[in-house]
Amino acid sequence: MKLLEVDNLTIAFEEGRERQIVVEHAGFSMEKGEILGVVGESGSGKSMVAHCLMGLYKKNEKVIDGRILFDGQSLLAMPREERRRIQGNTMSIVFQEPMTSLNPVKKVGFQVEESLSIHRKELGKQEKKELALQALRDVELPGAEEIYESYPHELSGGMRQRVMIASAIVCRPKLLIADEATTALDVTIQAQIIRLLKKLNASTGMSVLFISHNLRVIQEICSRAIVMWQGKVVEQGTVEEIFRHPKEDYTRRLIAAIPTRKKRRNP
Amino acid sequence: MKYVLKKFITLIITLLCISAITFGAFSIIPGDAAVSKLGVNASPQQVEALRQEMGLDDPILQRYGRWLSGAVRGDFGDSYQYDNTTVASLLSDRLPVTAMLSVMSFLLILVIAFPLGILSARFSGRGPDIGMNLVTQVIMAVPSFFLGILLTYLFGLVLHWFQPGQFVQPDEDLGACLCYLVFPAIAIALPKIAMVVKFLRNSVLAEMEKDYVRTAYSRGNTKSSVLYRHVLKNAFIPVITFLALLIAEILAGSIIVEQVFSVPGVGRLLITAILNRDYPVVQAVVMYVTALVVVINFLVDLLYQAVDPRIKAGG
Repeated sequence: MKLLEVDNLTIAFEEGRERQIVVEHAGFSMEKGEILGVVGESGSGKSMVAHCLMGLYKKNEKVIDGRILFDGQSLLAMPREERRRIQGNTMSIVFQEPMTSLNPVKKVGFQVEESLSIHRKELGKQEKKELALQALRDVELPGAEEIYESYPHELSGGMRQRVMIASAIVCRPKLLIADEATTALDVTIQAQIIRLLKKLNASTGMSVLFISHNLRVIQEICSRAIVMWQGKVVEQGTVEEIFRHPKEDYTRRLIAAIPTRKKRRNP
Repeated sequence: MKYVLKKFITLIITLLCISAITFGAFSIIPGDAAVSKLGVNASPQQVEALRQEMGLDDPILQRYGRWLSGAVRGDFGDSYQYDNTTVASLLSDRLPVTAMLSVMSFLLILVIAFPLGILSARFSGRGPDIGMNLVTQVIMAVPSFFLGILLTYLFGLVLHWFQPGQFVQPDEDLGACLCYLVFPAIAIALPKIAMVVKFLRNSVLAEMEKDYVRTAYSRGNTKSSVLYRHVLKNAFIPVITFLALLIAEILAGSIIVEQVFSVPGVGRLLITAILNRDYPVVQAVVMYVTALVVVINFLVDLLYQAVDPRIKAGG
């Protein structure tokens, strides 16, 4: 069963009369419970697609054409109020910058349970706190009670990214978008976060759209991936296919750019 | 606690420095209190005798010590200009008036500038914001004393809402006194309101660009809940500093505006005291005003700690 279908998505920046297309006729789909990788260099439009799925637009950004079907609902056709009911509820996102993505003057607890406060109004204070603590435990943060009461600046980058993930999964979304979520972290933390996302995917059946410019990371977490280049989806398939038999020239160059451990033999 | 203690020690040291500078400055500037008290026709013997009596011939450190130990107990000596009147009693008559005027101006600023600043930010680039921008730009350029003259003319002479020059002492009729003070308070507050509106607007707009705002939207927040639940507290942090600076300006502004509206406050006392070389009074007023500014800054530092959790860690 398809969870997400993106068809012919075209996004542009508009400034006065000038229009610059940044995503062109992008199309791909995702199964329920799948981890799909999106790979491409910076500026390839992959974050733009992610933000468009979430309904987060910058000032001059405009969707010109396309269709997004999420869980049977057409996202681009629905009114804003309805769209808001999806944000943070059935679909949520984790951003690249763990150091700045949390509000510095609000306690972690408030931020983790905020989606509950918005989407599950029927919950009491204590119930919300219980669910938030559970989410903090789900992302394997030790001492959830203590972290609940702390402020973002008291935590390390890796811990903050876990807090971000906790706040994203607290409503048990069907789709989690990880937009370069591990890029700013050092390699060991990166590996931990990837393991965590895989575990959450396996235990809850939550689909993950994993965006990265790093093919190695994509290879580690996804079975299927799409490759974006200059605003277009140039390739999609299983990670193995993409690695073994890259169809596109760009993909071949991308694979060739991966540093390997093998030393080159001297002639 | 450590933070509070540190700030408190800084406060004491600052006050000591200010007292030393104030006292030193008045010892250096030309003019002899004994001469000004007796008049230019006094004989050198008379002047010398009075100098002895007033203790002006003692070494400066000794005089400073004597003055400081008195000042700590609220005793600033006797006025030169009014016979048998202590500085403390002169001040205690006028301080409440100036205090009321300043507090009123400050409250006006808070009550008017905050909603307008937030409104301006919400509608940034659209009608209300552009209109507000124009108005604030104009008001900011007008000095308080000129606004005072305009207000006196409009509300005093044309509309007769108050009687210019007919100040009512607070212990006579507090209500009437407050009604009179509204107008000088407006004259002081208006330019500051314009500044705070602009400052708050820009602060809110700068916060709106931050990453955590995007996170807040991604959780399904509406624009207004992002503004009220996330942005405002962050946007207030720089505004608090600005308000603390404004308090010093309000006090300085009240000295001038008191003249325009004939309000018998500290400002008028200070000006007559300067004209008559009544140094004990001038010293005391300067000390009071600076101490007030320093103490307010101390309170602002404490307020910071309440608003910004990051301060506790940094110390």
